[in-house]
Amino acid sequence: MEGASPSAAERAAGIPFMPSSISVKSAVCLQDVRFSYRKNRPVLDIPTLTIGQGESVFVYGPSGSGKTTLLGLLAGILRADSGSIQALGHDLSRMSSSQRDHFRGSHIGYIFQMFNLIPYLTVEENIGLPCRLDSARRQRLGGTPLHQAVIQVAGRLGIESLLKENVVNLSVGQQQRVAAARSLIGTPWLVIADEPTSALDSDHRERFVELLFENCRTAGSTLIFVSHDRSLMHLFTRSVSLPELNRVH
Amino acid sequence: MVLFSLAWHSLKNRKLTTGLTVISIALSVALLVGVEHVRIGARDSFANTISQTDLIVGARGGSLQLLLYSVFHIGSATNNVQYTSYEHFKNHPAVAWTIPYSLGDSHRGFRVVGTTEDFYTHYRYRHDRKIEVSEGHSPDGPFDVVLGSDVARTLKYKIGDRIVVTHGISQGLGLLQHDDKPFHVTGILARTATPVDRSLYVSLYGIEAMHMDWADGGPPLPGEETPASKIRKEDLKIKQITAFLLRSKSRIDTLRLQREINTFEDEPLMAIIPGVALAELWNTIGYAEEALTVVTFFVLVVGLLGMLVSLYTSLNERRREMAILRALGAGPRKVIFLLVLESFLLSLAGTVFGIAVVYSGAFLSQPIVERRFGLFIPITAPTPTGYVYLCTVIAAGLLIGFVPAVKAYRNALADGLSIRV
Repeated sequence: MEGASPSAAERAAGIPFMPSSISVKSAVCLQDVRFSYRKNRPVLDIPTLTIGQGESVFVYGPSGSGKTTLLGLLAGILRADSGSIQALGHDLSRMSSSQRDHFRGSHIGYIFQMFNLIPYLTVEENIGLPCRLDSARRQRLGGTPLHQAVIQVAGRLGIESLLKENVVNLSVGQQQRVAAARSLIGTPWLVIADEPTSALDSDHRERFVELLFENCRTAGSTLIFVSHDRSLMHLFTRSVSLPELNRVH
Repeated sequence: MVLFSLAWHSLKNRKLTTGLTVISIALSVALLVGVEHVRIGARDSFANTISQTDLIVGARGGSLQLLLYSVFHIGSATNNVQYTSYEHFKNHPAVAWTIPYSLGDSHRGFRVVGTTEDFYTHYRYRHDRKIEVSEGHSPDGPFDVVLGSDVARTLKYKIGDRIVVTHGISQGLGLLQHDDKPFHVTGILARTATPVDRSLYVSLYGIEAMHMDWADGGPPLPGEETPASKIRKEDLKIKQITAFLLRSKSRIDTLRLQREINTFEDEPLMAIIPGVALAELWNTIGYAEEALTVVTFFVLVVGLLGMLVSLYTSLNERRREMAILRALGAGPRKVIFLLVLESFLLSLAGTVFGIAVVYSGAFLSQPIVERRFGLFIPITAPTPTGYVYLCTVIAAGLLIGFVPAVKAYRNALADGLSIRV
């Protein structure tokens, strides 16, 4: 239905990685990004943030420090007031909203804090949904039938036995694995996780993060993991403190 | 089509509200289409109270009056038609058949109609149905009477009963009873659901026999009347009738005959075309159908508003769902499309279900309604107006879908990727 120019989608889909002018290895690069929901009430002001291709970055900060806003900008849901957000060789801040929707659909996997799943679809249907909503994402399966791809990714997250389940019957931990599987299907280039472990107990937390790491590594996806809980920080090679980065206080 | 399957699963997930919404739309649609059917049935039944009769002829007067007393047996004629005039037109080369009516007497509020065997042979109603004698036989002798089905049922008469006819039109017993010349019931007519049911039928000779020896509009003195047993058909001479129905041999003849009758020199007569007169009458009394249509439209509006309310109230609990879809790359247009599609599916399902209700209802109730109310509800494809109604419902459902859809779009913009529960 999306009547967006297919050229944008094709460009986005066809070019796996294009070196940006700022850093050859960067996956995401923010420059002087400012954002406010209301005039004269800035929420974010980030001079520079660069995340390398394939990197797993832990972004932390207390509630209200603009974490979700930052993710909204990275995912192209929100548009920066000024500055540039380079992602995969494209400047998100110069794309139209439907181009950004396409970009998100084909290149980004997103995991919410909780309630990740569409309640009236089965586990299998939930996992396959990104590929059904975006044709470019589906093409990235490389000819593997969707059904097969769902089984593969579910297998990697240890939930292949749940595929026919109704999502409302799952535990929170199972739900988050399904959400992870959905974000990973079609090997997106960037996986964004917004406090995905906050509803899990500590044992499950580490296990979940490790699974996510493993899968992102296999797929070559960049992972941006946001949390206010620094107990997971040690699992990551790199961490960014948003309050330190953000010039708005 | 992924959005189609999403809309479908989403509706299926909310079975109760979906079901109730579909039912409320279906009932509105059923009412709308049902009223349309009844309206057409009523108009058609009315216009075909009498069929295949090309002209109704009576003494010159109001055309509506002629229609009322000849077809509906309401009111009375101001003047009669000479039997010679009747015979003139009966034997006219352009005339296929005629049915004479002699009116003016009654029995306990029901009209007594004097006619001939032609009535049983040629009279048609509802296009091509003819009068049938369900019990007994048509009147033979001058004092035989056949009852319309309502008369027989109301008065609980059976074959062989003797009845007395009242002179003039009166409820119950009138002043002047033809009690010297009782009639006996020889037959009962099958139900027609037309005014035919509410009359008694005797021969023209019967009418003449009742009024034998009458002079100056008054009965003969007691003792001077000819006893009924002594009256023979051969002695009776029919002098006048009240009106007659006429069928011409062709359409062109009808108009020519009408002109000829209206300008008949021997006697001031008038001829009316029953179809035209009935349609005129229907238009004057048919405003009730408009009122009914207006009411059903309001019912439909309420049904659609119910859908709007149920979609709108479900939006808050679906904000999460919308945010998830946004995160998966669904643009605002997809979100809007999804919700509009849902309301479209609801109104479509409601419409289809409503039509099923109407047709199965019509199919089941058709014989009962026809028997009880004399209303023949045709089971036909929807009329052009019916199609307009159906398309209106679906289009309205589609349009109404935009209200929650735009709201959902605004929510999605405001929520971004943060999920509000």
